[in-house]
Amino acid sequence: MEKNISTFDELREACAVSGKQIWEIIQTQEAEFAEVSVDEIRRLVKRSLDAMKESIKSGLKSKEMSISGMCGDDCDRLQKRYEKENSLFGRTFEKITTYALAVIEENLRMGKIAACPTAGSCAIVPSVLIGVSEDLGISEEEQINALITAGVVGRIVSNKVALAGAVAGCQAECGVASAMSAAALTQMRGGNIDQILNAVALALKNLLGLTCDPVCGLVEIPCVKRNPFLAIHAVTASELALADIKSKIPLDEVVDALEQTGTLMSPMLKESSQAGLATTKTALDLKEKLFK
Amino acid sequence: MKQTSIIDIISPVMVGPSSSHTAGAIRLGLLARNIYHEVPDKVTFKLYNSFARTGKGHGTDKGLLAGVLGLNVDDTRIKDIFNSDIAKSIEYEFQYLDDFNRHPNAVDFIFEGRRNMKVSGNSVGAGEIEITKIDDFSVSLTGKYNTLVLFYKDVPHMIARVTNSIHVNIASFHCDRSAKGQDASMCICLDGEVSQKVIDFLYMLDDVYMIRYIEKLES
Repeated sequence: MEKNISTFDELREACAVSGKQIWEIIQTQEAEFAEVSVDEIRRLVKRSLDAMKESIKSGLKSKEMSISGMCGDDCDRLQKRYEKENSLFGRTFEKITTYALAVIEENLRMGKIAACPTAGSCAIVPSVLIGVSEDLGISEEEQINALITAGVVGRIVSNKVALAGAVAGCQAECGVASAMSAAALTQMRGGNIDQILNAVALALKNLLGLTCDPVCGLVEIPCVKRNPFLAIHAVTASELALADIKSKIPLDEVVDALEQTGTLMSPMLKESSQAGLATTKTALDLKEKLFK
Repeated sequence: MKQTSIIDIISPVMVGPSSSHTAGAIRLGLLARNIYHEVPDKVTFKLYNSFARTGKGHGTDKGLLAGVLGLNVDDTRIKDIFNSDIAKSIEYEFQYLDDFNRHPNAVDFIFEGRRNMKVSGNSVGAGEIEITKIDDFSVSLTGKYNTLVLFYKDVPHMIARVTNSIHVNIASFHCDRSAKGQDASMCICLDGEVSQKVIDFLYMLDDVYMIRYIEKLES
């Protein structure tokens, strides 16, 4: 059995040596480690992809509020706007932002989602992957390939940093989701391996230091709106990378910086709701109302 | 290095909103159900710290109950579990407590029925869980391995007698006792499966009070 790929350099090297795509190498390796067939790995990836599609569908139709009553009807607002007026950037932008709100709102009303990599960041990968696939006519097989590549990006980062707001802030949740999406998108648009990994580096670099300061300790404020923002962030990273714009700091070093930033970040800003947005006057008022 | 799979990164498929406070709660309930192994008359859930403070907004209470009733993390009935017929089969109660000696996301399940049992556990993040206590014995169960739990009298050679009859590789092994020669517990995580025959055999061993074979949870 081959050595497990644990850094992005090793991944690039493995692609260069074998002449294979990222997803080809990874699906084979995953199958070997789990002692199952490649088809079984692809079936499990498809299970997540299908759940993502379902969550978009149900999310678009609902405006039921969360248990707290703070969030749940913004996707409906955005859809109504696009019924009347086009966005500045066209149809795909509209799809990505509405799908992102659809999925994250489905999450907060206890609907079914695929945690990717976490529940609070679950809308970023599906909105980019599926929104773009629909508009560019990307096949299901290619969508599975893209999700495998997104998955290995998350996996390699998670070798160094736990993907949890409590450990490294939101840079490790929504930040990593955005980087995973940038990889998937760049691959779907025919980007080469260097372009894919540069897209990841560019996306991650620009989210270093993102804190996790949820109001009332719930996955709602600022998580809901952060999902569409960071979905579009992934598109920017991919566009730059496809132009062969390179991150001057190599990807593995960006991951090291993310880990260090997470360690240095105050515990008050890591999912403990002790600072930041969570302790603003309005947040404290909301908390009092909610927990009275 | 511990091997993570890309499947862990792009899943689980679960009902929201939180992997630790919702999916973790459901998985704790499922594992506690497997440990208790009977239909209880009543379950009291004691939620601690963050589970107590933000649990309602995250559906932690619904998740714990749903797990005890055998619903999996992706079951969309969980949202309305309090109004569903499935929940009418048992009596249940929630208590919300602060105890800073406990994990931030800790829970006790107090089962009452043909036998009474207390199961304690924590949701440790990203949907991962641990059961730390069964009655007064400390154990270590994560739901990732098929696990044998034995309660027995603390006598020499017990570990050898048990492990000699399990022909499966042992992933981890955890023992505890209340005092020398008194009640003891063994918690054995396995790489494979154990047959009912082996379980029956172990139960027949002298000094074994109780045995549970707890199957791993679906990932």
